[in-house]
Amino acid sequence: MGLWKPDPSFYPSAKMAMQAPPERHAYVAALNYGRNDQPDGICVVDLDPDSASYGTVLTTLELPNVGDELHHFGWNACSSALCPFAPHPHLERRYLVVPGIRSSRLYIVDTKPDPTKPHIAKIIEPEEVIEKSGYSRPHTVHCGPDAIYVSAMGSTDEDGPGGIFMLDHFSFEVKGPWEIDRGDQELAYDFWWHLAEDVLVSSEWAKPHQFENGLVPEDLLANKYGHRLHFWDLRKRKRVQTIDLGAQHQMVLELRPAHDPRKTYGFAGVVISTADLSASIWLWQRSDKDGQWTMDKVITIPAVPAEESALPPALKPFGAVPPLVSDIDLSLDDRFLYVSCWGTGELHQYDVSDPLNPKLAGKVAIGGIVNKAPHPKSDGPLLGGPQMVEISRDGKRVYFTNSLYSTWDDQFYPEKMGGWMVKVNVQPDGGMALDPGFFVDFGDTRVHQIRLEGGDSSTDSFCYPS
Amino acid sequence: MGQDVIVSIVPWLAMLGFGAFHGLNPGMGWLFALSLGLQQQRERVIWLSLLPIAAGHALAIALAAMLVLFGTKVISLPALQWLTAGLLLAFGLYKLFNYYRHPRWVGMKVGLGDLFLWSFLMATAHGAGLMVLPALIGVAGGDVGHAGHGEHASHLGASGVNMLLAVILHTGAMLLVMGGTAWIVYRKFGLAILRRHWINFDLIWAIALLIAAAVAAMMAL
Repeated sequence: MGLWKPDPSFYPSAKMAMQAPPERHAYVAALNYGRNDQPDGICVVDLDPDSASYGTVLTTLELPNVGDELHHFGWNACSSALCPFAPHPHLERRYLVVPGIRSSRLYIVDTKPDPTKPHIAKIIEPEEVIEKSGYSRPHTVHCGPDAIYVSAMGSTDEDGPGGIFMLDHFSFEVKGPWEIDRGDQELAYDFWWHLAEDVLVSSEWAKPHQFENGLVPEDLLANKYGHRLHFWDLRKRKRVQTIDLGAQHQMVLELRPAHDPRKTYGFAGVVISTADLSASIWLWQRSDKDGQWTMDKVITIPAVPAEESALPPALKPFGAVPPLVSDIDLSLDDRFLYVSCWGTGELHQYDVSDPLNPKLAGKVAIGGIVNKAPHPKSDGPLLGGPQMVEISRDGKRVYFTNSLYSTWDDQFYPEKMGGWMVKVNVQPDGGMALDPGFFVDFGDTRVHQIRLEGGDSSTDSFCYPS
Repeated sequence: MGQDVIVSIVPWLAMLGFGAFHGLNPGMGWLFALSLGLQQQRERVIWLSLLPIAAGHALAIALAAMLVLFGTKVISLPALQWLTAGLLLAFGLYKLFNYYRHPRWVGMKVGLGDLFLWSFLMATAHGAGLMVLPALIGVAGGDVGHAGHGEHASHLGASGVNMLLAVILHTGAMLLVMGGTAWIVYRKFGLAILRRHWINFDLIWAIALLIAAAVAAMMAL
């Protein structure tokens, strides 16, 4: 821990964080579940354009167990350590908290002393995670001002609710479930917060049996996946409001609140509408009048008609490719929202300066169920599509990977999809293009969440206005 | 006589100095007040928030003062000094190895009552009152020395007034330094200063507790 200066990667405001130096490497979740007997791992990818090994995997930390199925992961500490009511600025952004969504195991990965050679500092075995937290299938990790928060898809038993539990900042001990009063919230997925408002927002995906062995078409057509958003009192750990987007809006996944704590709005992505296969982005905002939250659909991305012969069995009855928005990410200046259309193989960039009226500012096409669009550096057509997106802190570079989730990859891309990661260069006022020189081929191994050195646009929370 | 004056003035200066030290610590309130003003875009909020923070801190110090008053009544001065030294040593050592731990309470949306309780909790949990015990005993001890024979009631009354003065002095110094620091950061330096110059107050705090333990032990000898 630093004595005289806080960790240099902590910034009081999002605006200051945009001045951060460019990232030199990324940590990428590498997955082998279900296809070979290899364990999952964390790959370190060189992002430094001046390096001889730019755009290649420097090292891979291989996990000691097979079948963890990594998904999302996060830092032990971030800019929220500067929040004034519980400051601990001399904590280090040093450990990656890496959950196995299938095994319920938690790895604490140390990125020091050599950030390109991470090693395991601690393993919390599934029994301990489940017993102490009351939850299973841990997923999203956020560094809070007072603890590390982890969402979990499942409960200790098959039918119990998913939710959020807390880890101690310093010892990584599982402290227990976060919620005191969850109301009728059952399904879990992503969560984030408006720290200055003491509000936590959570979204709904599904119960473990609805995703572990693949998407269940009957459940989807019966609108049994999540379609609600929950607003919580962060202090009282109590659910205060729930908004139902309508049962046809199936799978509300990623949540991106504005980074500037003065702004009380954010974006949520919906994977698919069972009415017309479209995907949508919703804006939540707080009403000035009564303090209640409201939601509006601000972006609709329609399905694209396709020949039945070009579609995987799961989609043949529909004669169209759904966009399947699986991830969204908001730049630190709250100006550009990036939207992954994993089905159609497109990354969209929207100018959301006026959050109620987003404008499409740029598009990149790669992969896709029908198009399989190649990269200038790839060997022919590509399977998978834009999926986990990460934006550099300065907003000039965007990176993404192509894998959604083992069993779902196999349903939508049944032709033995491998893993790849690409980079996009962003114009200052919108517009973007694939970097023709950056294409990381992971071979059979699939890749999911990306974390950038020193932080990125979906890890840090700020307590001071921009 | 000269030495007497110095001896009796030192505890007062210590109360003043500790007040400034506590006020400078960003974890004791000025940063919280500043952030609330920035969030609400009203400078007045900064200055208004400092008042309940100072009051909460004062309550924690006043409790320490009452403990000293009670202590001087039930045990001898050296015994009280040794007890204080022992407490400070134990707590200082604990903080030295756990300096980064904070009580987790409240959030960012706070009223004046929340700020008062938050400040009281922070001061108490970090041992702000404990840290000033030797100085408070010094303030009380000066009276005990002069009280001579008999007149217990009036001497207790006098040290009660002195204790109150010491708490007010400490809180005043704290408030002044909190306000000054918040003002300078707000007007001159901006929040970027946090990145470069936020020294590890929690560790320094633990060391200050240990120094206070040494002082208490020296007073007892």
